[in-house]
Amino acid sequence: MKYIIAVIQPDRLDEVLKNLEEKEIHLVTVSSVVGRGRQKGIAEVYRGHKEQGSLLRKVKLEIAVNDTFVEPAIKAVIDGARTGQIGDGKIFVLDLPECIRIRTGEKGNMAIG
Amino acid sequence: MRITLAIAMVVLLTAGTGICETQQLVAGSLTSQNSTIDTGDTAWVLISAALVMLMTPGLAFFYGGLVRRKNMLSVLMQCFMALCIISIQWVVCGYSLSFGPDQHGIIGGLDWTFLNGVGMTPNAAYAPTIPHEVFMMFQMMFAVITPALIIGAFAERMKFSAFVIFILLWATIVYNPITHWLWGNGGFLKNMGVLDFAGGAVVHINAGMTALAAALVLGKRQGYPNGISPPHNLPFAALGAGLLWFGWFGFNAGSALKASGLAGNAFAVTHIAGATAGIVWSVLDWLKYKKPTTLGMITGAVAGLAAVTPASGYVTPVGAMWIGIGAGILPWLVVTCLKTKLGYDDSLDAFGVHGIGGIWGVLATGLWATKTINPDGADGLFYGNPVQLWIQLKAVLVTMVYSFVIGFVLLKFVDAVIKLRVSEHEERVGLDLTQHREAAYTIID
Repeated sequence: MKYIIAVIQPDRLDEVLKNLEEKEIHLVTVSSVVGRGRQKGIAEVYRGHKEQGSLLRKVKLEIAVNDTFVEPAIKAVIDGARTGQIGDGKIFVLDLPECIRIRTGEKGNMAIG
Repeated sequence: MRITLAIAMVVLLTAGTGICETQQLVAGSLTSQNSTIDTGDTAWVLISAALVMLMTPGLAFFYGGLVRRKNMLSVLMQCFMALCIISIQWVVCGYSLSFGPDQHGIIGGLDWTFLNGVGMTPNAAYAPTIPHEVFMMFQMMFAVITPALIIGAFAERMKFSAFVIFILLWATIVYNPITHWLWGNGGFLKNMGVLDFAGGAVVHINAGMTALAAALVLGKRQGYPNGISPPHNLPFAALGAGLLWFGWFGFNAGSALKASGLAGNAFAVTHIAGATAGIVWSVLDWLKYKKPTTLGMITGAVAGLAAVTPASGYVTPVGAMWIGIGAGILPWLVVTCLKTKLGYDDSLDAFGVHGIGGIWGVLATGLWATKTINPDGADGLFYGNPVQLWIQLKAVLVTMVYSFVIGFVLLKFVDAVIKLRVSEHEERVGLDLTQHREAAYTIID
């Protein structure tokens, strides 16, 4: 089992979710986050003062998958999120030792789907 | 009583014509023989103008709460910019085109551009007991909110630059002539005997039909209908609806242009129709979707307020309840059923609520109007005068066709010149960042 964390541009979220859905990956947690990379992004201006060095808005997806779904999930995120411009985001893949479904107490591969 | 009023009207109209002539000769120095300023009337219309002004910010929050977070500021900005731009357009030429000396029943002349001759003395033809300038300001607020209503149809996808050019053209080519037809001295629909007390046709049908044209010309938002997230802040929408309701007392009761019994009745029927339609919409939601929604309730109230607008100076409280019932049912059907069937994306239901509410209201005025409320008005069908319904229907059709066709052409024109719609990328990122370089909300304090 793997735990995939993807940080992407907010405006690509719909596309990524659609791609994941097509690959039958339904388990996704989405949060609105701010962060910092090498991107300059769209700076905001308030009464003539440009806000500098600010943290940029991103969307974070957390996806837990069985091993066979790792590559499809990564492909789904990349296909949906890549624009070729700086700031497209990152994908982190972590080992996932355990997963438990609270309602039934099922564990491991069974619990993820 | 009736005869006295009729005589008074004739005297006032004659005086009005006289004043118009005087104004052309010695602009600014006119004196009014039969017009004296009434302080109570003036105070009420001043307050009413301020109440109607507050409706545009109210509308901004009503609409703003209904869009997605990324487009909140774009809606506020469009409403507030309409307030600035149309006010100045009104001073430069809008007021004169709408209310200036009549040209063949079609348009006002340019005699009052830059408010030339619009001063502290009354214009007896429009409002004999308040300063002309106060009448002008009261009407200015109507001119502002009408194009702002259209924003509901093109929210979340129109370029700000295109919006600015469009509303300026629309105010001049659509709003000003229609206002003259219905309210201007000598306007052909007014002469025909159409009853539109506070703007069912001038404001609501007019904005609603161009809104429909805008939804068709701009096309659907990306992801419509199923991929659009729900309203981002319904409390703002409820706040906006409350401000609209509050302002509507100025809109309708202020349209009496007097602090009179008629104003009091308009005040009452306005409230009654809004409340009735709010209940009806909730009941329909409850029956069809199993729960009464906040958004449904406030939408119903706004539809009821829009529908009673043309009728508010002519109907009884019971008449207002019937109008409210119709305003709960008809816009509800269009918004919840017809829109999805036809598939156009009127983002915030400017056509469904204001267009349909306005059409119903102007027709309903032809049903429930009675001279017992307003001797200067007319009786409707239910008071033995079926002709009035026919007259109202003609006004509805004329306004609908003109507003839709010219609105459509103007939008196509602006589209051809600078493109109406933002790019797909800009639409996804949101109009706040891409059009204004601001964000409505921060994520981290």
